[in-house]
Amino acid sequence: MRQFIERHTFWAIVILLAAAVFLWMIFAIWPEWLITALGRKKTFVSTILNGVTLGGLYFLVASGFTLVFGLMRNVNLAHGSMYLLGAYVGYEVAEASGSWFLGLTVAFVAIALSGVLLQVLIFRRMEGDELRQTLVTIGISIIAADLMLAIWTGTTYQFSPPEWLFGAAELPVVSVIKSSGDPVYIKYPVYRLTVLGVAVVVGIALWMFLNRTRIGMMIRAGVNDREMLAASGVNVQLVFALVFAIGAGLAGFAGVVGGTALSIAPGEDIRYLLASLIVVIVGGLGSVTGAAIGALLIGLAEQIGLAYFPTYGVVLTFLIMVVTLALRPQGLMGGR
Amino acid sequence: MDAQRFFSGRTSFTDIHPAKLVVVIFLLAYPTFTSDFFTYQIGAYSLILGTIALSLMMLAGYGGMVSLAQMTVAGLAGYLVAILGVNSVGVMGLGWPWWVTVPVAILAAALFSAFVGAISVRTEGIYTIMITLAIAVAFFYFVRQNYVLFNGFTGYAGVEPPTLFGIYWRDPVPFYYLSLAVAAGFYAAVLYTSRATFGLSLQAIRDNPRRMSALGYNVTLHRIVAYLFAGVIAGTAGVLMVWFNGRISPGSVGVAVVIDILVIAVVGGMRHPSGPFLGAIAFVLLENFAIDLIDRERFNTVIGLAFLLVVLFSPDGLLGLWERIRRRIRFRRPTPAQAGHTQPADRYNADPLERT
Repeated sequence: MRQFIERHTFWAIVILLAAAVFLWMIFAIWPEWLITALGRKKTFVSTILNGVTLGGLYFLVASGFTLVFGLMRNVNLAHGSMYLLGAYVGYEVAEASGSWFLGLTVAFVAIALSGVLLQVLIFRRMEGDELRQTLVTIGISIIAADLMLAIWTGTTYQFSPPEWLFGAAELPVVSVIKSSGDPVYIKYPVYRLTVLGVAVVVGIALWMFLNRTRIGMMIRAGVNDREMLAASGVNVQLVFALVFAIGAGLAGFAGVVGGTALSIAPGEDIRYLLASLIVVIVGGLGSVTGAAIGALLIGLAEQIGLAYFPTYGVVLTFLIMVVTLALRPQGLMGGR
Repeated sequence: MDAQRFFSGRTSFTDIHPAKLVVVIFLLAYPTFTSDFFTYQIGAYSLILGTIALSLMMLAGYGGMVSLAQMTVAGLAGYLVAILGVNSVGVMGLGWPWWVTVPVAILAAALFSAFVGAISVRTEGIYTIMITLAIAVAFFYFVRQNYVLFNGFTGYAGVEPPTLFGIYWRDPVPFYYLSLAVAAGFYAAVLYTSRATFGLSLQAIRDNPRRMSALGYNVTLHRIVAYLFAGVIAGTAGVLMVWFNGRISPGSVGVAVVIDILVIAVVGGMRHPSGPFLGAIAFVLLENFAIDLIDRERFNTVIGLAFLLVVLFSPDGLLGLWERIRRRIRFRRPTPAQAGHTQPADRYNADPLERT
């Protein structure tokens, strides 16, 4: 941090100023000219919050994707299908048992198991052949999407999460002062804040797991040099299976969390695949921190685009990707 | 027969393998002995899909760049024909004559393809698939949400090919010959390029970009030019595609279709330009006749399974399968000319994607 300020004083000042303006825009009561320029403050604040929570959701999906790639160099294009399958499985279990949390757990475990099966039965057989592995994941995603359409049809499903997750919370942010002098606070759905919280917790847990545990150490060593790790007596296949389980499980977990926030329908798999792809391209493949930054950027870009220029929203996301690739092809946090 | 010899002008008629003559005669005579359905829905459609897959095969097989954005490039050309030319939807439709819209559409598609290339060639290997897939999906979402230019969810309908020399070009037989001419032209062009200096350096770059770079070749430029060329192929096929269907919508550039092109190229084989056409014929036949075997709704499962089987058991597609069968029947080692003409003597040759 300090080093950064010393090295890039100019940019540090710019970033600080931007942060200050941003905080002012969140907490201050907007003057007239700003309202005429940007519209109501309520829209702005909820757009930002939507963006951040969506970013949290994207992080849940993309962290597994990037983790698997980092260790195995396997681009799992069936990741979106795992998200959708997790959502459907979680839905069925939650409906049958009446417990949303049971659905969440089963989705995580079931998709993690499917990930292990894929790794052991298929990817292990073609290790080092990245293109073939990727093609196989494409084949799997075609079949999975079609079979899921056959089983769950094209209907949209909606989760029913526990009561206390419903409703809206009042944020300590004033949108306008009424003529009577009472401040109007901005409300925001509790569930979306919970999604953000879950993403932060998962992110921290993942970081702790990778940086503070023995297995995490093995995984990091494997990212750097797979052969050397195997040579030093670690059962690499076991580590691979474990990482695949975590990566896939996170996708299933995100399926239930995201499916509750939005809804479950065919086509969502592609949406989250696209999100994961762009997030890891922007953030840098294999880096969990990069995934967090990328997810935040893409989530914000998508929501801001949706709110302020609806028919060109995707272009903003696309531009972020192009600019990143032009300036830093390996991604913001990419190592190579 | 060797492509180099063929184009050098020193080839006589008798040098041509009889099997190839049979194929050419079959293709030329095809509409005379089949119904309109087979000429149009099977014949012309396979040729168009094959041409789009050919552009992917050229990039992947010779350049080692598996681009999933080729259908997007074709779709852009199709959209431009609808936007600049005439459509029946009442949105856009600037009414330019066909001899302006078609070149503009193809040129724009080629430039877009070069742009895709410029973005993706700075990274290597597996990144290309990810970036091009992201571009393809983003384009799909963009045309679906943009109503001003692309008419959103509905897309465009009523796009007609011109009536020229007194022939209405969407009639099955003329359209078949039009598609055949385009496909054959690009087939020959790709075959020629693969033996020309540009194609050879492209293949060398695929096998070892660092060495080529050290030898003084501009690796990035070669790759971008390959994308430009592939864009011309895909764009032309895209124009044919929109004439074929008469309409274009986000579904025409959706993920399923984008992946179908990859499936066609991989199933056919990416070693030789004839692979994509083989794959396209197999795909179209399966698409039209799989309903007799299974429920039409589950077509994607069938195509996915076929793709999976090919990737798992015959990585070089139907072409590779054919080579293997032929080798087994002859009980002898193939001479280099038989083993296909683009095999580098490198151990990477089985892998169209260079190592990262």
